[in-house]
Amino acid sequence: MNDSGMNEAGADQTTPLVRVRGLVKHFPLEADGLVVRAVDDVSFDIFRGETLGIVGESGCGKSTLGRCLLRLIEPTRGEITFDGRDLLKLKSGELRALRRDMQIIFQDPYASLDPRMRVRDQIAEPLAIHRLGTKSERRARVAELMRKVGLDPDYMDRYPHEFSGGQRQRIGIARALALNPKLIVADEPVSALDVSVQAQVINLLEDLQEEFGLTYLFISHGLAVVEHISDRVAVMYLGRIVEMARAEELYSRPLHPYTRALLSAIPIPDPRRKRERIILRGDVPTPINPPSGCRFRQRCPEALPECAETDPRLREVSPGHTVACIRVPGWSSARQVE
Amino acid sequence: MALLEIEGLKTYFTTREGVVRAVDGVSFHLDEGELLGLVGESGCGKSVLALSLMRLVPPPGEIVGGRVLLAGRNLLELSEEEMRQIRGSRIAMIFQDPMTSLNPVYTVGEQIAEALRLHRKLSRREAREAAIEAMREVAIPDPDRRVDDYPHQLSGGMRQRVMIAMALACDPQILIADEPTTALDVTIQAQILELLDSLRRTRNLAILLITHDLGVVAETAERVIVMYTGRIVEESPVEELFAHPKHPYTEGLLRSVPKLTLAGVRKAERLQAIEGNVPKLTRLPPGCHFAPRCPYRMARCTESEIPLYELGGGVRVRCVLYDSTVIARADVEEKSATR
Repeated sequence: MNDSGMNEAGADQTTPLVRVRGLVKHFPLEADGLVVRAVDDVSFDIFRGETLGIVGESGCGKSTLGRCLLRLIEPTRGEITFDGRDLLKLKSGELRALRRDMQIIFQDPYASLDPRMRVRDQIAEPLAIHRLGTKSERRARVAELMRKVGLDPDYMDRYPHEFSGGQRQRIGIARALALNPKLIVADEPVSALDVSVQAQVINLLEDLQEEFGLTYLFISHGLAVVEHISDRVAVMYLGRIVEMARAEELYSRPLHPYTRALLSAIPIPDPRRKRERIILRGDVPTPINPPSGCRFRQRCPEALPECAETDPRLREVSPGHTVACIRVPGWSSARQVE
Repeated sequence: MALLEIEGLKTYFTTREGVVRAVDGVSFHLDEGELLGLVGESGCGKSVLALSLMRLVPPPGEIVGGRVLLAGRNLLELSEEEMRQIRGSRIAMIFQDPMTSLNPVYTVGEQIAEALRLHRKLSRREAREAAIEAMREVAIPDPDRRVDDYPHQLSGGMRQRVMIAMALACDPQILIADEPTTALDVTIQAQILELLDSLRRTRNLAILLITHDLGVVAETAERVIVMYTGRIVEESPVEELFAHPKHPYTEGLLRSVPKLTLAGVRKAERLQAIEGNVPKLTRLPPGCHFAPRCPYRMARCTESEIPLYELGGGVRVRCVLYDSTVIARADVEEKSATR
């Protein structure tokens, strides 16, 4: 990579590693022919070496989006290009080969580890599945991976329950790294951990990114963690991205009324910083019957009658800052990007 | 006199792996109409402490020592019948997950009405009216209609409001709220915290808010207690705690959480993590339980039990750095170093 294609965070902005266009995932409900519109027409890029944060509340579709990206869930329609290849057109053998390049870390490291399997075998499992290395080579690789994530390789013959929550998450990370992936989808990777352990895991993820040039899709409801780790951030609401920008831009100049309310609702551990809080009315609606027009309008403190008629899509209102809201100055004349 | 005074409370669990001292000599007070924050990570004993105050500790847990004085009366000496009267009418409690405390086969109105009828003599119709009124007070929209809903028909935030309405049905003076917003989305959390604060003001309700979230404490509490492995390690007025944390654990916690800057600057610095893990309660280190993770540890930390040092201004801290002999020695060293 040369300097011209790099931004200050070290991400290559010229060719995206992942290109998503018009991604849709609908889950039909058995009753009444209703449909859960978990992800409902979403487009974005993830550049090499960057961390794209996805924030949103429960039911916004962020986890479904992450799973669609790895085809752990089959998207209903849309386009996903990974490293120049059309992911949704791959045959199962080709997909399996490509899966070496993309891995996932889950929220609950206990639920995602097999309690009857030794840590050594869990970490080596991806190697075994892809038939890589001899037994002794795999063992050496497991020891190396454990050291990389800050675990003592002497413990490789133990079972998951003998480790703490933070250590189990390190095991999950070691397993995700086993195949030298390019992309890691981290789905709420620290949400189940104690506060004092979260920082250790965040630091580890940052160190590994630097060492291996990893690209992260970091999914979380924790806005402070996302601000810390992300280069760019997308805010989701009811299956849609409503705003996306570089992290420092999004957090200092949030434009969408939902982003602003979300940021103002986060309790900040500093009692001297008194902020104006925007308290949203009502509950997060379900993605079964999203409202017409703008999906946020029923809770939006700034909604106009027009908001019921236009379904606003992402438009680039300043370089790299896209937002989907007709109330944002300059939106109506800005370039539509999805 | 404080409304609630806890002295040397000990709640132990006898397990196959040994005795778990979940609450191990905890003393503090709660004043009328104040919101006291209790923070700590999983396993610090904060939830067992809450259950101990209600005398609802499940076996094999047992309160083995101390006193819980409500307006001077020791709750630990009351009969089970007397305690039942206290619960709800004087002290009430809400939990993290309202679904586990609500009965799925009764309407929320029936459940609030039942709480009312337990303590007040009300006819069925009066109880229903009172239930609707209670729902209105906790800002449930359309209470006349919602009163006939079943718990599963309500959102998480609405269910927590129903729990609060039930808890307040008999006008208690104290509300113990154990992680009341942890299961909720952040925009709903903001609504519930606002509701608790307005109830505190309008009813002069004393609230013990238990949480792992330092942000929640910073924005709601007047005083804060920090617990670690069954003990109070620090108590402080909220502004003092966040501006000048005394205990190395508190300091470490505050440093390790990423803070929302909202400032538009790219932060390159790493988070300052606390090394190691919370120890198992059956295998606690001697002396200060935090010593193995503490950047300031010295030989004295593991030699004997560390008391809570009173520093004045409502600050207490369990750390030898605040022992007057240690401070005196540090002063001498500092003077000799500057000379």
